[in-house]
Amino acid sequence: MLGYYVDLAIRSLKRSPGLTLLMILAVAFGVAASMTSYSVFRAVSGDPIPWKSSQLYVPQIDIWGPKGRLDQTDNNDPPDAMDYAEAVDLMRAHRAKFQSAMYRVSPSIVPPDPTMHPINVGGHAVYSEFFPMLDVPFKYGSGWSAESDAQRAAVVVISSKLNQKLFGGANSVGKTLDIDGKDYRVVGVLDNWNPKPVFYDVVNTGGFTTEQEDVFLPFQRAIDVAMPNDGNTNCSEMPKGSGFVGLQQSTCVWIAYMAELDDKAAAAAYKDYLDGYFREQKAAGGFDWPLNNRLRNLPEWLASEHVVPSDTKISLVVALGLLVVCLVNTAGLLLAKFLRRSSEISVRRALGAPRMAIYTQFLIEAGTVGLTGGLLGLLLTWVGVWGVSWVLPKEISTLAHIDVSLLVLTLLVAVVTTMLAGLYPTFRASRVQPALQLKSN
Amino acid sequence: MQIRPILAALRHHKAGSLLIALQVALTLAIVCNALFIIHGRLTHLSQPSGVDEDRLLVVENQWAGKPDAGHIGSMMSADLNFLRQMPGVSNAYATDAYPLRGGGMSYGIGLVPDKLKYAAESALYFADENGIDTLGLKLVAGRNFRADEIGQIDAHSPIEPAEAIITVDLAKALFHGQAAVGKVIYLSAKPTVIIGVVERMQIPWTYSDMAKWSGNSTLIPLRQLVDTFDYVVRTEPGQVDEIASRVRAALYAQNRMRVIDADGGVLTYAQVRAKAYKNDRGIAILMSAISLVLLAITGAGIVGLTSFWVGQRRKQIGVRRALGATRNDILSYFLTENLLIAVAGVTIGGVLAVALNFWLMKQFEIDRLAPGYVLAGVVALLVLGQAAVLAPALRASHVPPVEATRSV
Repeated sequence: MLGYYVDLAIRSLKRSPGLTLLMILAVAFGVAASMTSYSVFRAVSGDPIPWKSSQLYVPQIDIWGPKGRLDQTDNNDPPDAMDYAEAVDLMRAHRAKFQSAMYRVSPSIVPPDPTMHPINVGGHAVYSEFFPMLDVPFKYGSGWSAESDAQRAAVVVISSKLNQKLFGGANSVGKTLDIDGKDYRVVGVLDNWNPKPVFYDVVNTGGFTTEQEDVFLPFQRAIDVAMPNDGNTNCSEMPKGSGFVGLQQSTCVWIAYMAELDDKAAAAAYKDYLDGYFREQKAAGGFDWPLNNRLRNLPEWLASEHVVPSDTKISLVVALGLLVVCLVNTAGLLLAKFLRRSSEISVRRALGAPRMAIYTQFLIEAGTVGLTGGLLGLLLTWVGVWGVSWVLPKEISTLAHIDVSLLVLTLLVAVVTTMLAGLYPTFRASRVQPALQLKSN
Repeated sequence: MQIRPILAALRHHKAGSLLIALQVALTLAIVCNALFIIHGRLTHLSQPSGVDEDRLLVVENQWAGKPDAGHIGSMMSADLNFLRQMPGVSNAYATDAYPLRGGGMSYGIGLVPDKLKYAAESALYFADENGIDTLGLKLVAGRNFRADEIGQIDAHSPIEPAEAIITVDLAKALFHGQAAVGKVIYLSAKPTVIIGVVERMQIPWTYSDMAKWSGNSTLIPLRQLVDTFDYVVRTEPGQVDEIASRVRAALYAQNRMRVIDADGGVLTYAQVRAKAYKNDRGIAILMSAISLVLLAITGAGIVGLTSFWVGQRRKQIGVRRALGATRNDILSYFLTENLLIAVAGVTIGGVLAVALNFWLMKQFEIDRLAPGYVLAGVVALLVLGQAAVLAPALRASHVPPVEATRSV
């Protein structure tokens, strides 16, 4: 029976090719526009570390007070990064399972191969717990130990890309690397790790960036050699001292911080510790404003930092609007098409076909339009995603891609929404009064 | 033209008419807001930077091996001398940032030393005596820096210049129309005297939340001796691409212990501009494409449904023609019918447009929709509706009176 209905649908669609083409095009364009926007939205709003994001927390302590609010619209939020003193205090207290203060660096490397020009790399100065905390995968070697942190050892973890560039992809653990004029021993090579957004430090990277993360070195080592920070520095007052040391003594914020807290109880205990830290400082005369700390888990943190660009969301809303219009359009055309066949329906009904059979027949016809529109929509989505790559900035457009789940979703959305659009026209068709129609003929 | 018979006929195909009206309404709501967003982006990206873009290119230079400040100073001077002597180059200077660069420094500028009571926000640009000439800025009051006024500082050193040159926009924000030259401002606790005013120089950022002070810039006579900085190079007219293609190799030939990225280390100002506004242009293109598809689909939908109605009513049209209705009567019947539906649609659509804008304003902090956009959208959709219905209506007007006598 189903095969018969499909056959009927195709015959009927062929009878008015113009109208059919119009419906298919409407479905195809509507689906393609929304799927293209969705592919961009999906790329920037995904959870970068889904198995652990609810256990990763970013603490914020109000070291500036109300006078230092950068942005009055931001719900009285404390600074979104830390000054040096605060970061070091928190690391020393070591209250979480894993934690790391970190700042972005952009040193130069003189390649071991003397024929190569020096290169510039990006990366972060972190503590040893950064690697186990974020489940960073290694190809060779590993991160460094807590002792190396304490000894401010000259060690470095490099990305697989940099390893490819400098060492031809071979195991480079134990080799030496000249970073900013000093020798560092390679202890680990990462295995393709390039999370987007750069969730561990969205303050200094903006979340989405075309810059690579090529080197990770011990935080205190980087401080010792005065490796400057390559990110945002926000100050509520001018540093009193000069140079990098002046920055470390100031209340300017430039350090990102992340801690792993495995359950609610651990998070509550950590929040208590932060509040205690604030009160201690207040008692010492540091702060003369009320307690205003935050402890957000990763999803909450990414939302509060507005990591997903609002342009992406607006595009998605507008594209979904286009899909709705296309469906209203399809509903109107299907209605016209179905009611035109009132006499055919009447004959079928008069010959004993139940309403259910009419429903099935016409919904299958709508579904056929949806499926054809969806197939064309797939093609247009592919064109759309390709077009996005030259229309939108690289850091976002390179993340948008087509995969199986997007293909399936495109077809599913096309068929389901077209059938939804076909519901009312089908209902009207099933209500056709056979007697009235047959009489008029 | 009598409206009542049309309304009576509309009652016989309520659902179809409602669907068209709904489609027109939704299209209007979306297209108005899209047009509004497009116009905002185009205005944003067409503001002048104030610099002589056709003749400028920038080189991002990083010294390798972490040289000390003294060494950086001498290498920088050597580079600048070399650049200025390159054939085809007319001037050059070193700085931390330039308009549209996307990164730089901003300070609150005060009229009193208290940092928390600043009067205006401003971008801060390091410059020397060649800065104004290189950028092609127009000095409208006062004078340029002298070579002996250029100081040198380290990274993160306090910024306390004795002199500064500001833009007209910043002067307005600070002094409300009074002459700025000779006045004292505070970047830090120490006073800075304004020695000159330039016509316009945009800030490095193009974010919408900084749009309010996008013309507030301050040039300070300092060289910052850090690893990474930019050279801004002014070429002879028409030579910018040629110089851009060979400046990297030429600088490497002078000193190879440096990094100038092969991809993006040297940019002509046209490339800087394209990069800075890529997102704005992209959103404008995306919104235009969506609006065009929307209008096309709505137009095609009207053509489709009206054609169907004409086909359905051939007999009635024949009867009317036989009873003396002219072709024009039939034509205007369908045009009026569409107008009635479209007017209903745009009425609902106008409300929807404002509601959608209100929601977008709440969610994404975009501006309030100007009424002009709704009006333009209404006119566009009414015209679109009439144009779409014209072909089927003409076909209807050609139905011969003899049709009345034929059975289906």
